[in-house]
Amino acid sequence: MSSTATFKIWRGNSDGGEFRDYQARVDEGMVVLDAVHQIQAEQAPDMAVRWNCKAGKCGSCSSEINGMPRLMCMTRISDLPADQPITVEPMHTFPLIKDLVTDVSWNFRAKKTLKPFSPRPPDAPDGTWRMAQEDIERIQEFRKCIECFLCQDVCHVLREHHLEEQFIGPRLFTFSAALEMHPLDTENRLGDLRKLNGIGYCNITKCCTKVCPEEIHITDNAIIPLKERVVDQFFDPLTRIFRAITGNGKR
Amino acid sequence: MANGAAGAVRPADVGLTARRDAWWVQPVVVFLGLSAFVAYATWAAFQGNNYRYTAGGANYLSPFYSPELFGDPKTAWLGGKPAWWPGWLVFSPALLILPFPAFFRVTCYYYRGAYYKAFWADPPSCTVKEPRSSYRGEASFPLILQNVHRYFLYIALLFILILGHDAWDGFRFTDAAGNLHFGMGVGSLVLTINVFLLAGYTFGCHSMRHLCGGKINQLSACPMRSRLYGCVSMLNARHMAWAWPSLVFVAFTDVYVRLCCMGVITDWRFF
Repeated sequence: MSSTATFKIWRGNSDGGEFRDYQARVDEGMVVLDAVHQIQAEQAPDMAVRWNCKAGKCGSCSSEINGMPRLMCMTRISDLPADQPITVEPMHTFPLIKDLVTDVSWNFRAKKTLKPFSPRPPDAPDGTWRMAQEDIERIQEFRKCIECFLCQDVCHVLREHHLEEQFIGPRLFTFSAALEMHPLDTENRLGDLRKLNGIGYCNITKCCTKVCPEEIHITDNAIIPLKERVVDQFFDPLTRIFRAITGNGKR
Repeated sequence: MANGAAGAVRPADVGLTARRDAWWVQPVVVFLGLSAFVAYATWAAFQGNNYRYTAGGANYLSPFYSPELFGDPKTAWLGGKPAWWPGWLVFSPALLILPFPAFFRVTCYYYRGAYYKAFWADPPSCTVKEPRSSYRGEASFPLILQNVHRYFLYIALLFILILGHDAWDGFRFTDAAGNLHFGMGVGSLVLTINVFLLAGYTFGCHSMRHLCGGKINQLSACPMRSRLYGCVSMLNARHMAWAWPSLVFVAFTDVYVRLCCMGVITDWRFF
């Protein structure tokens, strides 16, 4: 059975903006993106919204719904309080282009500055490698990332303090962890993680983990393990002495 | 790295947050919970008495006072009050012990995230505005010192052994003839549950996980460490769920031993 819901949607561009109220029919099973499309089709044809797959796999429709970073396509209207208007805003961390669309290109530029995958020489004459499933399992979790950048949006280091010059954010720490923990990789990124990428700025609020639509344990499985590796290399004298004696490198 | 977004117009922040849920509940609960624990632990540490229950042949030692390095000359490892103890400071055996587990918790990754929110509002909660504009995180002094966490882990592991021994002692009762025999009272169970919860919290520590195998990229080459890493990871996934019960129960254990010593309650003996 249909009902009606009020949506307060942010409308504006780089000159400014405001919330505008829209009414939308709500049917069972609808997600916020459905309502936004309905409003765009019937009431606000000039409203800008980025979307693609409607299945939580492309990471395009990231926004803030009732104040929390979420994918519009994965947020059921029935899960939101029915007695209040539903607010839909663009991500706060990134520069606004128009309405619900932000410029997330910084993430890709920052990603290019990270040291790339650097595998050891091939294990077999045909140029291939051998890996144990057990060794690759840990980083397969990180490969689920759809680059929706909700974790970057919610991270207060970027959202509140805009330390983009010193801090790459949870998405790129996850990317770094996938490389750094790869069983074939030989590169050492720990110096960069500490000095250029600002892993020390993370104060473990776990907000990134909370908003991740792929349920990647960003803080526990990526950021904290990287912090521990940085401690190994820079802050733990016992480990440094042990490494100096045994000559243990990356393994 | 150039952001290219300097001076960019961003969506306006309207008020503290646009969140509709009771986002303040969790930081308030953490604030009250940790404050209550710190207040009680500080009070209990300065008492310097009622920490070892020996009535009826029992041998229950409060975890706040274990190991009793200096204290009662009959039971302490190194004798009575040390000569070097400053005269202006009240002597209590707990003052030599509690700082170590306290710093283990203070530098714990879980608690850091929790008390940064609850005590510093840094941030108060996800997507809630902060009361200050500057931010240094754990990249510089003083919070860079949090990196010492693994050293407190080493000490905490030692404490688990000692508290395990205390729990075992809780099952050994001295009869009228001075002989030790196996028995069990409510206190025996309290001491055992206490060390069980503390072990669950300590063994699930993020630094422990790293040391067991997190630092290795080819775990398949180290089968023992791989199994250990799997076990620690299981505990680590519920680190918060171990952190709070172990914190509450360690205080409860001290309360139980203290009340027994004071004669307020009687330790019920099963056999």
